[in-house]
Amino acid sequence: MADLIVLVLLGAVSVASALGLLLSRNAIYAALFLVLNFGVGAVIYLLLNAPFLAVVQVSVYAGAIMVLFLFVIMLLGAERLSPAEDPPGASFQRPLAIGLGAALLGLAAYVLFIRQPVAIAPATPIDSSPTAVGLALFGDYLFPFEVISVLLLVAMIGAVILTRDR
Amino acid sequence: MELYILSPILFPLLGLLINATLGQRMSERAISGVATLAAAAAFLMSALMFGQLSGGDARLSATVAPWISAGPLQVSFGFLVDRLSIVAMLIVTGIGALIHMFSAGYMHGDPRFRRYFVYLNLFLASMLVLVMADNFLVMFMGWELVGLCSYLLIGFWFEKLKNAEAGRKAFVVNRIGDVGFVLGLLLIFATFGSFRFDDVFAQAKAQGEALAGAIGLITLLLFIGATGKSAQIPLFVWLPDAMAGPTPVSALIHAATMVTAGVYMMVRAGVLYELSPLTQQIVALVGALTALVAGSSALRQFDIKKVLAYSTVSQLGYMVAACGLGAFIAADFHLLTHAFFKAALFLAAGSVIHGMEHGLHAAHGAHVDPQDMRHMGGLARRMPVTFLVFLLGGLALAGLPPLSGFFSKDEILLEALKHNVLVFALLAASTVITALYVGRQLVLVFAGQPRSAAAAGATESNWLMTVPLIALTVGTALAGLFNFPTTHALTDWLAPVVPHGETPKFMPELAATFTALGLGGLGTALWLYRRPEGRFGEAEAALGRFLAGAWHFDAAYRAVVVKPFYVLSTICAQVLDVGLIDGAVNGVGQLFRQAGAALRSVQSGFVRSYGLMMLLGIVLAVAYFVLNAR
Amino acid sequence: MDTTAFVALLSSVLFTIGVLGVLLRRSALLIFMSVELMLNAANLAFVSFAHRWNQLDGQVIVFFVMAVAAAEVAVGLALIVTIFRTKRSTNVDELSALRG
Repeated sequence: MADLIVLVLLGAVSVASALGLLLSRNAIYAALFLVLNFGVGAVIYLLLNAPFLAVVQVSVYAGAIMVLFLFVIMLLGAERLSPAEDPPGASFQRPLAIGLGAALLGLAAYVLFIRQPVAIAPATPIDSSPTAVGLALFGDYLFPFEVISVLLLVAMIGAVILTRDR
Repeated sequence: MELYILSPILFPLLGLLINATLGQRMSERAISGVATLAAAAAFLMSALMFGQLSGGDARLSATVAPWISAGPLQVSFGFLVDRLSIVAMLIVTGIGALIHMFSAGYMHGDPRFRRYFVYLNLFLASMLVLVMADNFLVMFMGWELVGLCSYLLIGFWFEKLKNAEAGRKAFVVNRIGDVGFVLGLLLIFATFGSFRFDDVFAQAKAQGEALAGAIGLITLLLFIGATGKSAQIPLFVWLPDAMAGPTPVSALIHAATMVTAGVYMMVRAGVLYELSPLTQQIVALVGALTALVAGSSALRQFDIKKVLAYSTVSQLGYMVAACGLGAFIAADFHLLTHAFFKAALFLAAGSVIHGMEHGLHAAHGAHVDPQDMRHMGGLARRMPVTFLVFLLGGLALAGLPPLSGFFSKDEILLEALKHNVLVFALLAASTVITALYVGRQLVLVFAGQPRSAAAAGATESNWLMTVPLIALTVGTALAGLFNFPTTHALTDWLAPVVPHGETPKFMPELAATFTALGLGGLGTALWLYRRPEGRFGEAEAALGRFLAGAWHFDAAYRAVVVKPFYVLSTICAQVLDVGLIDGAVNGVGQLFRQAGAALRSVQSGFVRSYGLMMLLGIVLAVAYFVLNAR
Repeated sequence: MDTTAFVALLSSVLFTIGVLGVLLRRSALLIFMSVELMLNAANLAFVSFAHRWNQLDGQVIVFFVMAVAAAEVAVGLALIVTIFRTKRSTNVDELSALRG
């Protein structure tokens, strides 16, 4: 019960920050809102018995990715943003987008609340320490792990090549 | 053995092959020599076969190869040389050879000299196929082939549109007749189960009465084909136009041989005609009417060849009428004599034209049509040999004794008097008219003073042309002996093969009457045209125009058949083809184009629009799975 | 309401906001950030269900997603920088040369 109340509060903050991202006029503010969102996400992970992920979220997502974003925004000098505008050519697109978003949300709510819930799983919480995650990564998921490392290498090379001066 | 029997066909084929392949490098002399020798060789072989037949053989037949073998339909390339076909073969090859020789002189200097002789040999071979066939289908093959050669040779000088159109007209009109012929062929097969002459005639004789209806229809349909090929009413309109071809062609094809194919066919199928009296009535009437219509039309023609063309149609009418009267041998006799004197007349006309052209060159005068008789005159002194030939040929045509035409025409008239008075009256009237137009032509061309510089400068033609003329004139004079009233050599010869009634007795009174009429006609013409210039104006009168236009047959056809056909084709071409079909096809293309243009606007290039479309798809897909899955 | 259901709902809401951000904003950077938001929402859903079923697999997948997101951001931002050098703006509507 208490969990739920905390979750509701965290959820509210998360949604608020997302809305802030959606509606802000300044790219820096938007990025910072996103950082806040990630932070709240990390806290929620903690509540959901995923401590390792919470830390990774803060260090990788909020700490590296968003920093990269901020660097680029400042590099390009693109902080000033115009408010959301329709794509040229069709004025129906904004209402349509909002409508479709609502539809998506409605579907999700339908699935979650109207359909019969499936049977409850066993109550024993699992060991979700870094050790356990590491064992899983290097055990069952070794191959994807190696592929991911190659992917990161490729991305790095790609980023270097793309931005190289001719 | 087969080779021997087929040799009259094979020699011209060989000639044409040599000329076609090697002719490029051969001189004019060589080309014409090869072609003429081929024709002469064919004549020689025919003469040999004639000797065999008169020696005792009833017939010589050869089957070369099977042609169609489809269940009950069995046809082979079979050839038959019997008493009837040998007569035709001798005429075709003999006169053909002479005309080949004449052509060598006439066509001298023509740029397509070689092609002319190739076509001429091809014609000879085709005509012989027709004549030597032993079944209706092979005969039809020859029939079509000669039609093709006619087309090729009429339009020989195709640079002038008029000539090409004449060739096309001949072919198309013949084709119309051929429809009747083919229907007749189909009916023959349906009735008798075979195309071979022996089978068909034997069955017909055995079951005559039972099959009367079918045979009547068959003979009528075959006759329709004959009206096309032998230029009778209503399909004679092509023959006057066919004069656009070189004169030797007119002589050979449109006087002596091809046009007689219809008559030959009817004589050959005499057994069938004897069994259908109704058809015979029709045939006789059509022939007699044609004789009158064509003869009267000849009276108002100014082109030297057109007079002879209408004359041919008229004389063919005599032959056709004779067939209708059951006098097949008389018809064949007239075919023989007509071949001689008409060929002589045409070649002489060719000689006249040649002389006129020569005069044109020499005199450098104003250009006149060398074939227009209004510009001739006084040629008797300048072209004496030609004049003599023309004179004798013309008198034979008018039916004056002792020339051949008298005997054959007299025989037909006798038969007409015996069987059908109406036909007799029509033919009698035609005889008078014949004498009139012959006299008119003689006077206009040869008598009096030259009416143009061309005529004044005309000279006699060279030996290549005059020798055949003389040969033909001899034939013209003597051919009457073939069936002289008391000896009746031809009748005896053909009797075993051709149906015939009792040979009519020679009536001196009739002969004398017609001789007098003929002389009277000639005299009238001489008197009428002694001052020819005054006579030319008469063309203005309605009657003159009526006759000049061959009783307006051509005009009628143009209005009733040709014009609607053109209108129909224009509708089909423009409204249906361009409008409807092209419109539909193009319309489909246009439709897709426009649809594409409309759809293209979706590819706006804006990423966000694409994203929106993706989202739409995703939402729909998710909704589908969510709402339907369980 | 169940924890899992709530977190899943939260994830849907965040996802929807991310989608709207992608569709409605013009700056490439903002669109990119919205995409990160969507990825994060997906991660949230994974973790909530891993918690529900008491399995580690959900968390491992989230780990991988984060790695991929990092790679993707690196390359994506490099692209944006390159485009900016030519276009002098981050407005995605100007990148409309592939029109039909």
